[in-house]
Amino acid sequence: MGLTGMVKNPRWIVYSLIFIALLFIPRILSIHDLMLFEYGITFAIVGLGFNLLLGYTGLLSFGHGAYFAAGAYTIAMISKYFPQAYSLEILIPAALFFSMVLSIIFGFVCVRHTKIFFSILALSLSMLLFALLFKLYHITGGSDGLRVPLPTLLGMSFKGIRRPEFLSGTYYYFLLGMFSVSFLVMKGIVSSPFGKALQAIRDNEVRAELIGIRVRRYRLYAFVISGMFVGLGGALWTFVNGHVTADLSHWVFSGEIVYMTLLGGFGIFEGPIVGAIIFTYLKLYAMGNTQYWMFVIGGTLIVLVLLLPNGIAGAFAGLWTKIKKVIEET
Amino acid sequence: MLTIDNLKKHFGSVKAVDHVNLEIKEGEIVSIIGTNGAGKTTLVNLISGYIKPDSGRILFLDKDITYAPPYVRIKLGVGRSFQLIQLFTNSTVLDNVRIALFSKYGMIRRGLLPADRYSSVTDEAIKILDSFSMSDKKNLTPKGLSEGDLKILDIAIAFALKSKLLLLDEPTSGVATNDKFKVMDSIVKAIKKEGISTLIIEHDMDIVSGYSDRVIVMHEGKVIAEGKPNEVMENKEVKATVFGIVS
Repeated sequence: MGLTGMVKNPRWIVYSLIFIALLFIPRILSIHDLMLFEYGITFAIVGLGFNLLLGYTGLLSFGHGAYFAAGAYTIAMISKYFPQAYSLEILIPAALFFSMVLSIIFGFVCVRHTKIFFSILALSLSMLLFALLFKLYHITGGSDGLRVPLPTLLGMSFKGIRRPEFLSGTYYYFLLGMFSVSFLVMKGIVSSPFGKALQAIRDNEVRAELIGIRVRRYRLYAFVISGMFVGLGGALWTFVNGHVTADLSHWVFSGEIVYMTLLGGFGIFEGPIVGAIIFTYLKLYAMGNTQYWMFVIGGTLIVLVLLLPNGIAGAFAGLWTKIKKVIEET
Repeated sequence: MLTIDNLKKHFGSVKAVDHVNLEIKEGEIVSIIGTNGAGKTTLVNLISGYIKPDSGRILFLDKDITYAPPYVRIKLGVGRSFQLIQLFTNSTVLDNVRIALFSKYGMIRRGLLPADRYSSVTDEAIKILDSFSMSDKKNLTPKGLSEGDLKILDIAIAFALKSKLLLLDEPTSGVATNDKFKVMDSIVKAIKKEGISTLIIEHDMDIVSGYSDRVIVMHEGKVIAEGKPNEVMENKEVKATVFGIVS
């Protein structure tokens, strides 16, 4: 689709309108809600990456917290050991690089299997990383984790500025820019011949192999790209959170990534984005209102699986298709 | 074009393919017949690289492909369809063929531009569907197709790989009797137009005699007869083992 085609496509008009609306979010939301929204955006990037593997390649990973941790710890480690390089234009490529390296190593092992074996391998490897991050106290801060100060950006220093101010100003727009690029890149990937090959592998591995697709290799490509998106999300998240701990690589956190993707719907491109934003608010408000917040999360998951198997975005998309059909028929 | 030399594949005590020798020439349409368990599908699986043999050799265009992975064989020009239809169920008919074309042209690594941008590939996919009289169904998914159309689409995918040798595993199984000849007519028309060598596994003797240049008969993993369709049908051993007629 050319630029003219994109302009005429209603989907792209909606995307553009949402983007314009997002530019004004810092003026509308309170700092507290804006921070939550920023958490949501970082998770949306994570969801986009995770869904390349789940929705488009058919592999369910219960260990994607590891790549999130890789991105997050890259930032924290550079801050601790190479403070002279602590600038966003270095940090982001570095986070992408280290999450890529980790996902190549872990992915090489995982993609040799599918289904439950893949999921368990992914989980085990992420727990291996968790154990390392937890035990190597002198390097990683162990259970205390590491503090993440404000970075510089293209020579601009934010010294003396409080984190909330940083987050509601420059960083919000930086984050929005990173999200938009991630969105466009992932949209390109899933509709490209490469994306079609991944979907072919998901739908029929045997046939994919016998039309010449090197299934295992393409699964690894998907795994690595997915890991890099999740790593990017992790890196961007650290500046909002200000602190990283080993829990990021724990399977419970990986489970949250799965949860938000299911919440939004993994069968639809925008699903994980919707899921990530809703999950962020849902979790916080559930935690703020009851000590049984996990019950709320678990309950919603059961309702979701039983009543909305295609997730919230999937349900809306289904409804929209039905409405369009009715309009066309009348 | 294809030479099979002393090929052997046993599954435990079952001799699925037992020291088979055969040859297929350029442009030839050869059928393999035999009772269930004769080793026909195993033979196709061995040629397409889906499984590996215990011993023997498979030569295609004078290259040894005995242990070559499927993607190498496809690059060389060996394509196959399946007895149990194997399609990309959530993709449209057009995409089913396009994915095969992208793979054939080594374009599946292209990961940023939408597939629709490659209009020459789309045009070619439509042309292939046209040659199988299926272009009007290009936007449907396989779920909306009849059994006959599913079979044709399965073969169209193999055809899109620009195969020099097509292996068709029971192309009319599951197709309603009335549609069988329609399906075969459309397949053979497309095959003959491109001069593709074809190996067909088939049970329906009308189809075998109607469309094959040569027939190979297998029984318990071995080739027991070979020749023109009418000669083979008259062979006493074939009559006894395949048709159960003892004269």
